[in-house]
Amino acid sequence: MSDEAIDNSEVENETPGELPLGDWHRAQGARMVPFAGYMMPIQYAKEAGGGIVAEHEWTRNSASLFDVSHMGQLMITGEGAAEALEALVPGAISSLKPGRVRYTLLLNEDGGVIDDLMVTNATEWIEGDEEAGTEGHWGEPAYYLVVNGATKWDDIGHLREHLPDEITMTHLDEQALIALQGPKAAQALARVMRGVPDSLVFMQSMTYDFGEWPLRITRAGYTGEDGFEISVPAEFAQSLADRLMAEIEIRPAGLGARDSLRLEAGLPLYGHDLDTETDPVSADLTFALTKKRRETGGWMGHAACAAKLSEGCASRRVGLVLDGRLPAREGALVFSGDTEVGRVTSGGFSPTLGHPIAMAYVGSDYVAEGTELEIEVRNKRLPARVAPMPFVPHRYYRGS
Amino acid sequence: MARYFTDEHEWIDVEGDLATVGITDYAQEQLGDIVFVELPEVGTVLEAGKDAAVVESVKAASDVYAPIGGEVMEVNDSLEEDPALVNSSPEEDGWFFKLTIADKSELEGLMDDKAYKAFVDGL
Repeated sequence: MSDEAIDNSEVENETPGELPLGDWHRAQGARMVPFAGYMMPIQYAKEAGGGIVAEHEWTRNSASLFDVSHMGQLMITGEGAAEALEALVPGAISSLKPGRVRYTLLLNEDGGVIDDLMVTNATEWIEGDEEAGTEGHWGEPAYYLVVNGATKWDDIGHLREHLPDEITMTHLDEQALIALQGPKAAQALARVMRGVPDSLVFMQSMTYDFGEWPLRITRAGYTGEDGFEISVPAEFAQSLADRLMAEIEIRPAGLGARDSLRLEAGLPLYGHDLDTETDPVSADLTFALTKKRRETGGWMGHAACAAKLSEGCASRRVGLVLDGRLPAREGALVFSGDTEVGRVTSGGFSPTLGHPIAMAYVGSDYVAEGTELEIEVRNKRLPARVAPMPFVPHRYYRGS
Repeated sequence: MARYFTDEHEWIDVEGDLATVGITDYAQEQLGDIVFVELPEVGTVLEAGKDAAVVESVKAASDVYAPIGGEVMEVNDSLEEDPALVNSSPEEDGWFFKLTIADKSELEGLMDDKAYKAFVDGL
């Protein structure tokens, strides 16, 4: 039997680093693999209810704790930080209110995707002081970025190169990042941190002092479920993980389940569904190009994206559903009759739906929902249909 | 009946001129949740050490090799409906295929139960 390691977008040529929760995962019975330059848990021990499918289902039905400390956490500060970022991303940042989060993209001049990321307006409110006669006011503009682990060093280089000198960028490499995802994440977190979930809806973020631990909590995630991402100083990460795991709803989940969950949620994975050879329009991420900024421009890659918007693209990212059980995986070719029309960029078996699903880039004549196509897997042609994404409906909490 | 193992984590039961092949408990544990098994067709002539079947887990596809050469006489149809049998009963109900034994000497390079256990412990 061939033994294939976890599919990984990068060559692991250096010794993988250790993350703050590395030993914690091993104590939980995790199987560790090199990923994004670190040893990371792919799944947990079967005996403790682990395994990719079990962890996937637990996330859909209860709540799971994912360690995503490999992701890059950056803080961009200084007067004009929003405008400086807006020169590099197509999303509106200057209109982003404090405590609000936006998904956006780092693009190169050709409109190619350098990375996809979350930007939070982390500007703090400074309380007034009556005795000193000062009024409350907003502090220095600050933007908290979460970028992909495998690309963070390139992103940092790109930002350093293009942000003006008066803007400060700090790599928060002493922070761990824990994601709590699932329909019961809020009720579990409410027991640990009273009132916190009530203060947030999807794509909102706050700072919270949990005893002596200064946290940043964001209501977002990468599973399609309601959930939270908690940034915590590395020294407190294990204690926080233990504290969360004490809640009955919460079990740990690894990278394997994270990948199958995000695929069901129709969320692209950088290095697979997105890279510098793809652009936001082809990738079906036009929602990330703020409407007004499509006209006004002033962001890197604008001309290339504007051309795609007006003239259309040669190919587009679509969802595909397959019958049967045989999954089509990344790299599989897509056909319409005898014509090769595209390529699968992510694919696997959907535990929730019980059949295989995939994301592929296909020629723009074949993107209509319901289009019948075929995917070649080991010299066999599997019937597939273009389907709307997400494959499994999102259940984000947008307020009651 | 004698059972042998390969260093690719296949097992093979030999009974007279017929052998049954599957993957070991260690192999299924490494693969994780199995969602699909692609079996050879009855009548296919397999060669020792060459591709015989494919196992798709949630995460990846892995090839299964023929421990010895021979003609496929029967395949385990239950795996089509219930591939998870390979996880739950890898060395019994989750067998893959039966084949004729073309050359008994090919069995000589394989491990017995004890040797395979030591091999796995050393991984």
